[in-house]
Amino acid sequence: MLRIRNLKCFYGQIMAVKGITLSVREKEIITLIGANGSGKSTLMAAISGLLPSWSGEIRFEENDLKGMDPPAVVKAGISLVPEGRLIFPPMSVYDNLVLGAYTMLRSKARNEVQASMAAVFDLFPILKERCSQPAGTLSGGEQQMLAIGRALMAKPRLLLLDEPSMGLAPMLVEKIMGVLLTLREKGLTILLVEQNARAALSVADRGYVFETGSIVLEGAADDLLSDTNVKRAYLGKDYEEFDDEN
Amino acid sequence: MQEFLQYLFSGITNGAIYAVIAIGFSMLYRSTDLINFAHGEFVMIGAMTMVTLTVAVQVPVMPAFIITVVGVSILGLVFERMAIRTVRRPEPIVLIIITVGASIFLRGLGMLVWGKDSHTMPAFTAHPPLDIAGARLLAQSIWIVAIAIAVAACLHLFYKRTLTGKAMHACAINKQAAWLVGIPSKLMTLLAFGLSTGMGAVAGVIIAPITMPAYDMGSMLGLKGFCAAMLGGLGSLWGSVLGGFLLGILEALGVGFVSSGLKDATAFLLLLLVLYFRPGGLISAVKVKRF
Repeated sequence: MLRIRNLKCFYGQIMAVKGITLSVREKEIITLIGANGSGKSTLMAAISGLLPSWSGEIRFEENDLKGMDPPAVVKAGISLVPEGRLIFPPMSVYDNLVLGAYTMLRSKARNEVQASMAAVFDLFPILKERCSQPAGTLSGGEQQMLAIGRALMAKPRLLLLDEPSMGLAPMLVEKIMGVLLTLREKGLTILLVEQNARAALSVADRGYVFETGSIVLEGAADDLLSDTNVKRAYLGKDYEEFDDEN
Repeated sequence: MQEFLQYLFSGITNGAIYAVIAIGFSMLYRSTDLINFAHGEFVMIGAMTMVTLTVAVQVPVMPAFIITVVGVSILGLVFERMAIRTVRRPEPIVLIIITVGASIFLRGLGMLVWGKDSHTMPAFTAHPPLDIAGARLLAQSIWIVAIAIAVAACLHLFYKRTLTGKAMHACAINKQAAWLVGIPSKLMTLLAFGLSTGMGAVAGVIIAPITMPAYDMGSMLGLKGFCAAMLGGLGSLWGSVLGGFLLGILEALGVGFVSSGLKDATAFLLLLLVLYFRPGGLISAVKVKRF
């Protein structure tokens, strides 16, 4: 569904992603794990059209994403839930969601928008209760739900999530990960960037480990969870247990 | 009392004009973070076009009003496409200097097209002035205030109720987030220019009958509108309306009860006080940082 070949991303003269190749198949949850500055979010920016300076190939279904800006990427069927949520705080929850369907509303598909809204409310009933409330008054978890809901309003086939667990209590992280599983069951493909490797690998099918702009490890999520290097670098508690056992 | 009322009416009338100009500044700033120092010239072009259409071409007031506002809005779109979007490195200071240059250019163009003389046009309707407690209120003043409030109310509804209005508001809150949900931010910027210059045209049209429009009227009106926008809160619709009326009334009372020499000084004194004590304006729409 998404094929990335020899992707190099640049910030001016600095190469932040150094020739990575990865693929995402339909209805998969793929996670990218790695430390801060390892290039995960840069990759998300390149896919979503925010970062224009890259070389290599990014193909989504039949579309070459080269030269596409974010609205074109959304129209092609990819939505990003950005790091830090980036909701519109003074606007109501309803307006935030409506704007998520901007590209659909422009094409006059109003019935589909109502259906999308109903689906989002099914997934996150709390958003229906808070519909007329300014988005900035929601709790952190609710804001994350709104950010995911807003991205879903465009009816994407591929959902990109950049650090959805950031700043959330463990219970909420679990809930968000549960929602991702539900979305996958409904046919959505998900590419998830996370520093909370344990949470991400617990829901993912496969994962890629990033280090300083390169992929250093890839494989099934279960294999990565039991990999010694991954345990040492990203699953601190498990590593201690692992160390004790040895 | 009669004297006070007379000054008050005058202040409210001028205030309404400042409010419409301030709305133009604010709506553009809200969507693009840009202050258009050529905004006053769009007011001038609006006034001069209205005079030309109604006096020289004999177009009735209502169609002339619409043609002027649409025409000046299109000019604003052309200005954005040709002078703003083509800038290779659109840093704020570069864009501001471009708008200052555009202001000088448009003023010169106004002089070439309409000459150096002042022009006149009749009021929208020929009703006699109303007598309220001895003070006279011109019918045109009622038109001005009514149109200013109607314009603000329409814009309020536009931002709250329409998808395009919400999208423009979203761009103003966070351009990157708006872009990510599929809102074409460049189109929104273009629309903001059209809307802003259209507001300038409205101000020019309503002021034309009570002033004697000339090619050089835009600079001072632009500065007053800017002061009003700063006073109320740059970026805030109702803040701009409040700032406009407050500026107009204080200016008129200053002229009446202190000194007529204070007319223009009032605006800039208020601007200095606002910048010092409350840089975000009375109704803060944006966070302001001091250097």
